[in-house]
Amino acid sequence: MAGKRSDHRGVKGWLYLLPALLFLGVFMVYPLFDVFVYSFEEGYHSASQTYFGTGWYNYSYVLHDPYFLQAVKNTLLLVAITVPLSTGIALLISLGLHSITPLKNLFQTIYFLPYVTNTLAVGLVFMVLFKKTAYSEGLINLLITWLGGSSVDFIDGPYWAKMFVLCFYTIWVVLPFKILILTSALASVNQEYYNAAKVDGTSRLRTFMRITLPMISPMIFYLIITGFIGAFKAYSDVVALFGVNLNGAGMNTIVGYVYDMLYGDSGGYPSYASAAAILLFVIVLTITCINLLISKKKIHYS
Amino acid sequence: MEVVLQNLTKKFPARGRKNQDEVIAVNDFTFKIPDGKLIGLLGPSGCGKSTTLNLISGLQKPTSGKIFFGSDDVTDLQPENRGIGLVFQNYALYPHLTVKQNILFPLENLKGKDKLTKQEMLNKAFEAAKLVQIEELMDRKPGELSGGQQQRVAIARALVKMPKVLLLDEPLSNLDARLRLQTREEIRRIQRETKITTIFVTHDQEEAMSISDMIVVMNMGVVQQIGRPQDVYDNPVNLFVAKFLGTPPINVFLGKITNHMLYIGDDAVLEIPKAWYGGNKDGCRELSLSLESRDITGNDAAAGEESQALFAEGEVYVGIRPEGFRLQAEGSFGCEFVGVEVMGRDISVICANKASCSPKVRAIIGTEHLDGIERNYSEGGFGRNAYVKFSLLPHKVFLFDRQTERRIEFTCDRTKREGC
Repeated sequence: MAGKRSDHRGVKGWLYLLPALLFLGVFMVYPLFDVFVYSFEEGYHSASQTYFGTGWYNYSYVLHDPYFLQAVKNTLLLVAITVPLSTGIALLISLGLHSITPLKNLFQTIYFLPYVTNTLAVGLVFMVLFKKTAYSEGLINLLITWLGGSSVDFIDGPYWAKMFVLCFYTIWVVLPFKILILTSALASVNQEYYNAAKVDGTSRLRTFMRITLPMISPMIFYLIITGFIGAFKAYSDVVALFGVNLNGAGMNTIVGYVYDMLYGDSGGYPSYASAAAILLFVIVLTITCINLLISKKKIHYS
Repeated sequence: MEVVLQNLTKKFPARGRKNQDEVIAVNDFTFKIPDGKLIGLLGPSGCGKSTTLNLISGLQKPTSGKIFFGSDDVTDLQPENRGIGLVFQNYALYPHLTVKQNILFPLENLKGKDKLTKQEMLNKAFEAAKLVQIEELMDRKPGELSGGQQQRVAIARALVKMPKVLLLDEPLSNLDARLRLQTREEIRRIQRETKITTIFVTHDQEEAMSISDMIVVMNMGVVQQIGRPQDVYDNPVNLFVAKFLGTPPINVFLGKITNHMLYIGDDAVLEIPKAWYGGNKDGCRELSLSLESRDITGNDAAAGEESQALFAEGEVYVGIRPEGFRLQAEGSFGCEFVGVEVMGRDISVICANKASCSPKVRAIIGTEHLDGIERNYSEGGFGRNAYVKFSLLPHKVFLFDRQTERRIEFTCDRTKREGC
């Protein structure tokens, strides 16, 4: 009787889960699996849905494609620069926000504004700020020349200038979320720890390094992991700044490369796109695993 | 180190729409805490006892008044320069550090000439750990310790710098009943061994009474009474103190004195040849004395004589300690019998009296009466609503003014009543 009943319950449970499972299966699991399969089908033709054979050729092609290598380089550079910088700056700003009392809410709102602003709109604003056209120098260049420097074309100019704009933009866009998380993390540290430290005559720097930092380390770690993943998936920001011909501008990212392979002017190669996507997946997975390994030693979870 | 509080006042300003009134958390405290004693700050929650502790520690600044450690004015010193050890209510052990690191933490902050070598620090840490008996837990994290062990670590951390004054904020409130008993003995032992002046805050009168050399009873930011626990219990200056101390609590009745006779309801319970107001007008005799002449034990005979305003007749509150009742067939005080609670060591007779301020009157009597009570009151005989007669022990009876709730002291005829 009892057995029957629990069986019945099991079926019922699965029935409840069914809609979500169906949805996830069709739109998440199946495509993931499919991408994996595509990446091994050589010479796949999307119209006729035929292919010549299976093997590693797609990977070999992608890995030898200079555009892909450029995209990997751009992405890695972007990740390496923006993740530590944005987290560090966010931490500094949150510490500042945490220690002021008047106008705290106002500043918090101001710092959060970029988060609710559309990426493309922000990108356009950045373009106006940085782009050099036949008619205008762009605001930043006006500033540079006014300060005595020589103007640089940040949008169509040298690689470092474009990279600078991209990093600057990315950091600016991701800051609000990080500040939000870190200010709440700071606020959640029990005041008694600070009182205890104060009674013991702990210096401010030491209080920060030995108490605050370990206490909010889980949140910092969370931000670093999501920061890595987010930066690896960069695409729309790049389009907003440099337009759709990213390969031409030399500013493509891995996700951009995947998109171009599918739908770009030279596109129509789902197999190559799949191989690139799987490569991205492997890179992100590796880095996340490394992060987790490090975190096990360094992060304190209460 | 002697700690002296002089006219210490802390006001919290009115804030926003919700708290429109200024809050006076600590109102004009003046008292002296003698060197090397264990002092309990006792009061209901919100009475300002934690604020007092924070003021002594320096975590909060007083609105006015001064704090002295010995002869040094420490009022404007930062907490770290006062030489105090503070144990927080929730211990505030750094959860990411081991016990050893926690205890070492204050030592590692020392700079300049006080700076210690690694070995010296370790020695001191182990010394402190030994004192509170946690040597074997040194490499654990606080999360892996029981509440009592965490408490010990917190005390070790506060003691490791050998503070002049040790402050404990509700040290036992997070422990279960058994551990509480054990830990309070422990605190007593540690204090005796180190001889550090120790001030602890508690709302639990039993806890304060059991281990303190002296208790400071507070209410609504005002010191009510200071004295040795037994003195305060035996000699409360006002109704609040009488009600606050003692478990089970004191029984309070509405009564009146007419013709040198104390009446509760219609019963003439005690003969009162002479009654007078004890203490001073604000109900706290200590406060009226200048700081220098204060007898910290509370036995200031001078205050009693100075304010002997006689109380002849009128309405009073009558407080009778539960142990102040004697079961006596010809007793003068009658109550309706409600039931018996057996505690093992003694029994409580629960009664009702229409003059009582609370629905239940509790009288604690010896277990030898149990059989008689059960025979006479619950089963046969008088039935459940019968009257039970008591005589009263006069020294367990306290009178208070109906308006001011001040204590009214009285003498009674020694020949007629026992134990006066």
